[in-house]
Amino acid sequence: MASKPVLLEVRNVSKRFPGVKALSRVSLSLYPGEVLAVMGENGAGKSTLMKILAGVQQPDEGEILLDGKPVELASCRAATELGVVLIHQELNLADNLDVGANIFLGREPRTFGFIDKAKIRAESSELLKRVELDVPPQTIVNTLAIGHQQMVEIAKALSVNARVLIMDEPTSSLSAHETEALFRVVKDLRAKGVSIVYISHRLGEVKELADRVVVLRDGQNAGELQREQIDHDTMVRMMVGRDLSQLVTRSSHPLGDVVLEARKLVTPTWPQYALNFSLRAGEIVGMAGLVGAGRTELLRVLFGVERPRSGGIFIGGKSCEMSNPLDAIHAGIALVPEDRKQQGLILEMAVRENLGLASLWKNRIASMFLNKAVEKKDALNAIDKLRVKTPTAEQAVQFLSGGNQQKVVLGKWLALNPKVLLLDEPTRGVDVGAKQEIYQLMEQLAADGMAILFVSSDMEEVLRMSDRALVMHEGFISGELKRNELNEEAVMKLATGAA
Amino acid sequence: MKKILGISSLLVAVVVLTSLHSPSFLSAYNIQNTARWTSLFGMISIGAAFVIITGGIDLSIGSVVGLVGCLLPWLLEKSWSVPAALGAVIAISALIGLSHGMLITKMKLQPFVVTLCGMLIYRGFARWITNDETQGFAGHFPTLQQLAKGNMPVPGLGSGVPTPFVIMCGLAVIASIFLNNTVYGRYLLALGRNEEAARYSGINTDRMTILAYVICAVMSGIGGIFFALYLDSIQPSAHGNFYEVYAIAAAVLGGCSLRGGEGSIAGVVIGAALMRVLYNAINVVGIPTQLEFAIIGVVILGGVISDELIRRMAARRKTEKKISEPAVLQAARPMEAASSEKHLV
Repeated sequence: MASKPVLLEVRNVSKRFPGVKALSRVSLSLYPGEVLAVMGENGAGKSTLMKILAGVQQPDEGEILLDGKPVELASCRAATELGVVLIHQELNLADNLDVGANIFLGREPRTFGFIDKAKIRAESSELLKRVELDVPPQTIVNTLAIGHQQMVEIAKALSVNARVLIMDEPTSSLSAHETEALFRVVKDLRAKGVSIVYISHRLGEVKELADRVVVLRDGQNAGELQREQIDHDTMVRMMVGRDLSQLVTRSSHPLGDVVLEARKLVTPTWPQYALNFSLRAGEIVGMAGLVGAGRTELLRVLFGVERPRSGGIFIGGKSCEMSNPLDAIHAGIALVPEDRKQQGLILEMAVRENLGLASLWKNRIASMFLNKAVEKKDALNAIDKLRVKTPTAEQAVQFLSGGNQQKVVLGKWLALNPKVLLLDEPTRGVDVGAKQEIYQLMEQLAADGMAILFVSSDMEEVLRMSDRALVMHEGFISGELKRNELNEEAVMKLATGAA
Repeated sequence: MKKILGISSLLVAVVVLTSLHSPSFLSAYNIQNTARWTSLFGMISIGAAFVIITGGIDLSIGSVVGLVGCLLPWLLEKSWSVPAALGAVIAISALIGLSHGMLITKMKLQPFVVTLCGMLIYRGFARWITNDETQGFAGHFPTLQQLAKGNMPVPGLGSGVPTPFVIMCGLAVIASIFLNNTVYGRYLLALGRNEEAARYSGINTDRMTILAYVICAVMSGIGGIFFALYLDSIQPSAHGNFYEVYAIAAAVLGGCSLRGGEGSIAGVVIGAALMRVLYNAINVVGIPTQLEFAIIGVVILGGVISDELIRRMAARRKTEKKISEPAVLQAARPMEAASSEKHLV
């Protein structure tokens, strides 16, 4: 590998933000036709480094060389012209326009000032073939699945003859099937000489795809692994900087009575199936399945965000009508939603205000006045107990890292001491360290008698944390696995409907 | 707090500059007059602030002022008792707010559209029931009119403080406590920032939004009563025209963000005062009154721009202060770099 000329080199790049040194003398090199995985916990500096490469941000120090010559990536456009293209985690498509228009957005071929639609169609078709996307270029983007939209982004990058493709957590919202398709395209691009910088939290993917791994920690190089050196434990150790020997172990404790029971529950998304299951005090139940299997929709019904078509939800044996989240909260249910920033938090508000939002009414004075002293005290307690890393309780939540934001959402609900805790992808976008803390918390809450139902697309998480797992497949519960029956193969069989 | 500081200094600057130019600006009569108008516009501005805090807008404020202004003398003329007539116009205002809120939350219509239609409907209705004839109290209700025209004696303050000013201050204090010290105020601020997250936190967002529109309409109704009592000669086609613009401008000047979730009642009242002082200054200084709108527009724009610039400057200063801190760490860096280079070889 070292014999090949370096395509892109980052030399001693540093970048400061208010109060944080995001990158400190980071170096890496990228060879033609390789997949380089960049790994690190949240806040390790991966995103900043990628933004610098894509010209979104400029480094304070250091230099970037392309083909051995120093280049200035002053803007996204400048980077694109040099063949360096970033595909954002949240896709940047004008989803009201069609596929062809998106691929050529800003660079529309023109004849006499008018857009040459025939040319767009012809060239888009070519590009779509390369990314294995079998849709006509006239398809409106928002009618495509997320995985397909991602392929449109890649086609767009190919249309500018990208030599370096930077992919920021490309699989975070893809189903297993879509992920496979993405891998095929990535491997095909590599074979054609395109270099790919691949950012991911998922160790399994990195193992499958990467030729080399560069690990960042606290904004600095933490190490590098060649293809044959890549293994799970080494990567984790490099990312965290310590051995994760003190992994959370699930202890078995006696289960209590049935707390939540769904009887013949029919969700609006999958009206053809009735769901039956129950949850006992002190039990952690994992809910596995592919993206789109109806798990989030089920949680939404349990929490009163959507009404069931029919069937009943029983809390402690009593039938509960949930027409909005407030009813669910009164019944003792809490939900940590999938989309933390949109549904879990009010980003501009202080940590204190977010922590208190659900329990304000409980502590009110004279039926309407805020109890500011109690609010403050509770917030400080929660910050301390959950080890939320924040300078003060008055910091706006948007400035916290993903893991700390998630702890704030959890803290908001724990203030109400719910009987049932519903968690939707509790550790998505959460770094390895905070993940452990969240697992620890789940374990402790269950030991104290809370019933926990968590939805997760992370197989390791399901295997590790569940007393029992429910697996969903296309809207129905395809199976239930007890702890001693839990293994990856069994879950996948049920999740894909093969069982 | 900082936001109020900005607009307060702007208010003081305009007052100082104008009084330097013409000392009569600070005469007791002129101050009293400006305070009276400020209080009338303050009432409707406080109402507008609540709707703006939820991220909405109410364009019907002026028409509600017009409708109430027509209905009150019209009902009194039909020999309704004073309490009944006042109760009726407040109830109608509340009903208007309720229907705005219901249409916006339950029918999911846009606030702009709903209240724009409201603006047209209430204006038309006011003109229709009065047959477009000028309404007034014809000197039959002097005591009632004292509510808006009278002054409250305050020791040491010559002819006293305008009664509506005292009432507006009372309403502002209540509104401020409601916004900052009650659970509902917090809910309004939260849903203005992120309605979905507020709903997921167990807040009945529909009910809170409806409440904001009811508060706005009722404050417009109360303001409408005072405008009518004070002006006495009410033209159904023109009374209250453009008042929603003044109210929204005062709220924005006072620190409400049209994106929602932000606002202070004190700021809004000072914003209303600034508008009136400007209007008054234009007259006193002798600037052609035709330029009134233009000048107010320029000042609001200037205020908003300087506010934004000050905020950016403060943010930058904060950044620079924090950057100088990690300088100590720099000494340790060459070693780390060396170790990382080893990995790369």
